[in-house]
Amino acid sequence: MSNTSETPTPGGAIAEAKRAFIAPGHSFATVTDKISSIVLTQKFSLGWLAGLAVSGALASLLLVAVGNLFARGIGIWGNNIPVGWAFDITNFVWWIGIGHAGTLISAILLLLRQQWRTSINRFAEAMTLFAVACAGMFPLIHVGRPWLAYWLMPIPNTMGIWPQFRSPLIWDVFAVSTYATVSLLFWFVGLIPDLATLRDRTPSKVARFIYGIFALGWRGSAMHWHRYETAYLLLAGLATPLVISVHTVVSFDFAVSLVPGWHTTVFPPYFVAGAIYSGFAMVLTLAIPIRAAYGLGDFITRRHLDVMAKVMLSTGLIVAYGYGMEAFMSWYSGNHYERYMMWNRMTGPYWWAYWCLILTNIAIPQLLWVRRVRANVIALWLLAIVINIGMWLERFVIIVTSLHRDFLPSSWGMYTPTMWDWMTFVGTIGLFLTLLFLFIRFLPMISIFEMRTMVPGARVTEEGDRG
Amino acid sequence: MSEQNLYGLMAEFDTPTALVGAARQARDAGYRRMDAYSPIPIEELHEALGLPTTKLPLIVAGGALVGALAGFGLQTWASTVAYPLNIGGRPLLSWPSFIPPTFETTVLFAAFAAVFGMLALNGLPMPYHPVFNASRFAMASRDRFFLCIESRDPKFNRDGTRAFLQGLGSREVSDVEA
Repeated sequence: MSNTSETPTPGGAIAEAKRAFIAPGHSFATVTDKISSIVLTQKFSLGWLAGLAVSGALASLLLVAVGNLFARGIGIWGNNIPVGWAFDITNFVWWIGIGHAGTLISAILLLLRQQWRTSINRFAEAMTLFAVACAGMFPLIHVGRPWLAYWLMPIPNTMGIWPQFRSPLIWDVFAVSTYATVSLLFWFVGLIPDLATLRDRTPSKVARFIYGIFALGWRGSAMHWHRYETAYLLLAGLATPLVISVHTVVSFDFAVSLVPGWHTTVFPPYFVAGAIYSGFAMVLTLAIPIRAAYGLGDFITRRHLDVMAKVMLSTGLIVAYGYGMEAFMSWYSGNHYERYMMWNRMTGPYWWAYWCLILTNIAIPQLLWVRRVRANVIALWLLAIVINIGMWLERFVIIVTSLHRDFLPSSWGMYTPTMWDWMTFVGTIGLFLTLLFLFIRFLPMISIFEMRTMVPGARVTEEGDRG
Repeated sequence: MSEQNLYGLMAEFDTPTALVGAARQARDAGYRRMDAYSPIPIEELHEALGLPTTKLPLIVAGGALVGALAGFGLQTWASTVAYPLNIGGRPLLSWPSFIPPTFETTVLFAAFAAVFGMLALNGLPMPYHPVFNASRFAMASRDRFFLCIESRDPKFNRDGTRAFLQGLGSREVSDVEA
């Protein structure tokens, strides 16, 4: 067997490097038991209950806010012409960007054979799903008459009208709904073998029935694994251009318009880089406390945190380049409106937002160059939160400062969020965290079967392999 | 248990290497109706069992093609036939602006084809299968590796096959009820 005989034995150099992403001493059984025990343990820990209670309370703010919105209309928000898009679209873009890291980790890093993705991909994919659920809500409630939101879809209707397919806003409908669907499929396919593990290991009859239904009767047959791996790889190949397309289309919502500050060609690449930047920041924000709470340091090792910090640093630099180009082009274009837009961003009534953005998104994250900062878990966690705030400010600056003073000074205005704006935003954070708390308790947050492939002895060695 | 009630004989192994070796020897011994079960995907197993390469990529390509045609066709039909809108004298069939949704429907249909094609070819969902009757089969989703030679194999012979499987270095060989 020419190809397999080159496979190093577990003592080989490649196997050695692989093991750095999983603590030594683990076997198929220990990996399986350790990860599934989080789900299969009977007790609910106090910390989990408290976390669920707090996030549930925040999520109910969303119910109140949206309930009031449906009763009274979007006049309860602060946005009005000229700032027609404010918190809702800022939050939409922020959430959808956060989702992108999940797909990047699960699909792009799979294709690039980055072994370290294995222990964080499941969790990051769940984060994607929940973030997209939060994101999708904003355009729907922003349409003003949410009961007519289905008009966005190309559905035959008695009015005989169809969506305007030349509009980026309709492209967005296609991009985001495809993204949500494919992310769900990818996540579920990844879960099937692990659901079978839970089915086989749970002591509870009810749980066995429920996990059994969703495991679809998976039995780990050789031919099934072969088709499964083919399907998984193809899904990764499909999700890779998809995730790039989604934030590109989101950036088209802005770039295709004529508004100064939006109408730029640098938007698609810089939006995609920003999405990955914020997504990795969110993965770290969530992974660091979960890793500590559930003692998962063996699987999400310090090397994982270091690698993720480096991804943040590099995507952050692409974003910094984007900001630089934006400023340069508005000056170099010689266009009055472009120049004024940039000047207004830096020195106008929203100057604080712009400079906080530069501080949180560009200046402070430069600390990631320092190895000691990357190795310090607390510092890394705080930096990730700073970047989350920075990426939110980015969308706020792009949307509000561009809209509030456009071509005609007579139509200038200001935007101030109301308490309902804030409640809706905080409410989606609550919804996101609620879903996440439920996920880590009822489903394996680390892919068990993929972790098994990481332990020494998972590779077929020469002795069993006749040449 | 009579031969009729027997689905097959299941041998249990500790490592993927042992399973692949056993699968290879069973194939060399002339067994064809068999399957291996493992908690991890094992690349070599597929070839050791002499299994065919899956047709799934073709199904996915078909899904992608249908998605592309459906997406582009829908937009073309809606914009030129069902609801033509003259916007600034631009052509009704402004195809470049139809590309982003076409791309999305292509990916969507291909992803559906990948997932449902994989499940259909695998015959899933299938809540009941005889191999689940094997006493230690629950370990197949944890840390054990199984090779099952089915009784419908022409070479199958209860005692002979059992002796053969035991000779492969398995931990245990058990009957699987049909």
